[in-house]
Amino acid sequence: MKKPLISVEKCKGCGLCIGACPKKILEMSSAFNKQGVNYPKCKDEPSCIGCKFCAMICPDCVIEIVETDEPGGKNG
Amino acid sequence: MGERVLLKGNEAASEAALIAGCTHYFAYPITPQNEISAYMAKRMPKLNRTFLQAESEIAACNMVYGAAATGARAMTSSSSPGIALKQESFGYIAGAEVPAVVINMMRGGPGLGNISGSQGDYNMCVKGGSNGDFHNLVYAPATVQELADLTLKAFDVAEKYRILTLILGDGYLAQMSEPCVLPEPSGFKAEKPWALTGAEGRPAQVINSLRLADGVLEVHNRHLEEKYKAIEAAEVMFENFHCDDADFVLVTYGTASRVCKAAVMNLRKQGIKAGVFRPITLWPFPSVALAAAVAGKKQVLTVEMSLGQMVADVRLAVNGAVPVDFLGRPGGAVPMVDEVTERVLSYGR
Amino acid sequence: MADKILYTRPDSIRDVKSHYCPGCGHGIVHKLIGECLDEMNCREKTILVAPVGCAVLAYNYIDVDGIEAPHGRAPAVATGVKRAQKDKLVISYQGDGDLLAIGTAETIHAANRGENITVIFINNAIYGMTGGQMAPTTMEGQVTKTTPYGRDVHDVGYPIRACELLNTLVAPYYIERVSVHDVPHIVKAKKAIRRALQNQIDGKGYSFIEVLSMCPTNWGVDAQTGADWVRDVMQPYYPLGVFRDKDAEEASRVQ
Repeated sequence: MKKPLISVEKCKGCGLCIGACPKKILEMSSAFNKQGVNYPKCKDEPSCIGCKFCAMICPDCVIEIVETDEPGGKNG
Repeated sequence: MGERVLLKGNEAASEAALIAGCTHYFAYPITPQNEISAYMAKRMPKLNRTFLQAESEIAACNMVYGAAATGARAMTSSSSPGIALKQESFGYIAGAEVPAVVINMMRGGPGLGNISGSQGDYNMCVKGGSNGDFHNLVYAPATVQELADLTLKAFDVAEKYRILTLILGDGYLAQMSEPCVLPEPSGFKAEKPWALTGAEGRPAQVINSLRLADGVLEVHNRHLEEKYKAIEAAEVMFENFHCDDADFVLVTYGTASRVCKAAVMNLRKQGIKAGVFRPITLWPFPSVALAAAVAGKKQVLTVEMSLGQMVADVRLAVNGAVPVDFLGRPGGAVPMVDEVTERVLSYGR
Repeated sequence: MADKILYTRPDSIRDVKSHYCPGCGHGIVHKLIGECLDEMNCREKTILVAPVGCAVLAYNYIDVDGIEAPHGRAPAVATGVKRAQKDKLVISYQGDGDLLAIGTAETIHAANRGENITVIFINNAIYGMTGGQMAPTTMEGQVTKTTPYGRDVHDVGYPIRACELLNTLVAPYYIERVSVHDVPHIVKAKKAIRRALQNQIDGKGYSFIEVLSMCPTNWGVDAQTGADWVRDVMQPYYPLGVFRDKDAEEASRVQ
């Protein structure tokens, strides 16, 4: 299964990743990091297609895209 | 000993820079130093070195900053208003501690002024010129021989202390021809671990002057202060010409000092004991040596080709021990031997 | 079996938090440069000339040798560096005030000499570091700290198109304008940067990449609105594309 790993403490809360995700599965969480910044979270990891758009537009290298061997990814 | 050759000041300085191993020279036209650019334009390509005419004096000095930051021996030259344009980069070079050599063949000012020799840039070149607490090491040659010797030495001293070394000549010295023996290479070699050569086999490093974090710049300024103190202790140069038994001491540098030496010889013929104290490094200023040289004298006369700029440093060094008079000719004029002689005679026996 | 990493921070970019504002395009461009340096295995032979401006601290983030240039003088400093270190990859990374206001002469003359360096020009239509003043690329009517009533072109003139300006010179080898306002354009921007760096390694001469970029803080908008503004307002005035490509010109001449 492919999914984004978000280093929440690095996030500045710009939200560009949310707009960039073609599957619209990123959303701003209500949680705050230590800088008091809202950071995004993936609300439907199985739908992630690993296109990396969110990571590519992130100006701060906050998001890493990984592929795990957990089952259940809709996209194999 | 090399052979004696008749050389124009500008050309002697240029050849000395080449002997010193200057590999990068960046030019911009301005009288009265144009022969330096012309000479380097001809010689450097033959030596497989880099000559480049920049789009401005500002760009030329920033090219020196860039080349020198990689460890290359780099130089630029200009005259008064051109040097004014380079002042910003002098501050960056000082803050980033990059060794560099600059030649200023001073001309009449302020503004466009004229193209005669002058000493009107003393304050700009010796007391400041750029922003922040910094110094350039400043040599003031008085002969074509000294111009060549000091230009060669400038490259070594710049690297030894990672400082910009300025040769402060003037239009007369630049344009006159005198016999001169070109200096031999000194063989001085400085280690440059700081040079930008690409982070291969070592961590990446930066040449910069920005220090934003709290208190960090003050620490850096103190470091520069230590360096300047070391230079003041080790690099002062001056000439004591008949001062020991003199009653009157003329304090003067560069072209003006040549006139004063002639006046001293005249005066001695008339039984007046006069001497010349000639600073060769304008920074570090030879304050201690000057105070010693004038102790107990009847009168000190500062002679400059300006309205009086070094005279302030002379007064600081003499500190009231002896009266300090001033005689100056601004606007590209040179004090005449008779003028100086008359002024000293006016002090009475 | 460990996770397989599909995308992560390039090695040439340090794992430190930058000072750039949320949604600032600098971070994206830094990352693209880092990716190119990794792929071309050039990190160890790169020397970055950082400007005065938001990106003056670029050498804290891109893990290469760096030198600070006085405001506007990066192309001259880069010239000095390159002429002393011919085998190094020298990048002059500049903002719009640096490159098109105080540094116009250095910009034009380094290009006119065909200096074998790569200039990466971040056009975000404003002076960022100093809090949002008008830049040479500020749009007509755009409000900034020094155009509080909107840029009046009859008073201070029109935004300058750098690529078109440099395209009148003979020597430049490659000139392209790209943008980082969305992922498809980021992909193109990376290709352009990669191309420009390769040109330099191949000794082909001066390459110039203009990058339309976001400055949400000083535009007074959130990051996504800023990205949309690049697309909707800046891009029409600053058309994207390749203005000069001597490889292509050569290829077509050969056919």
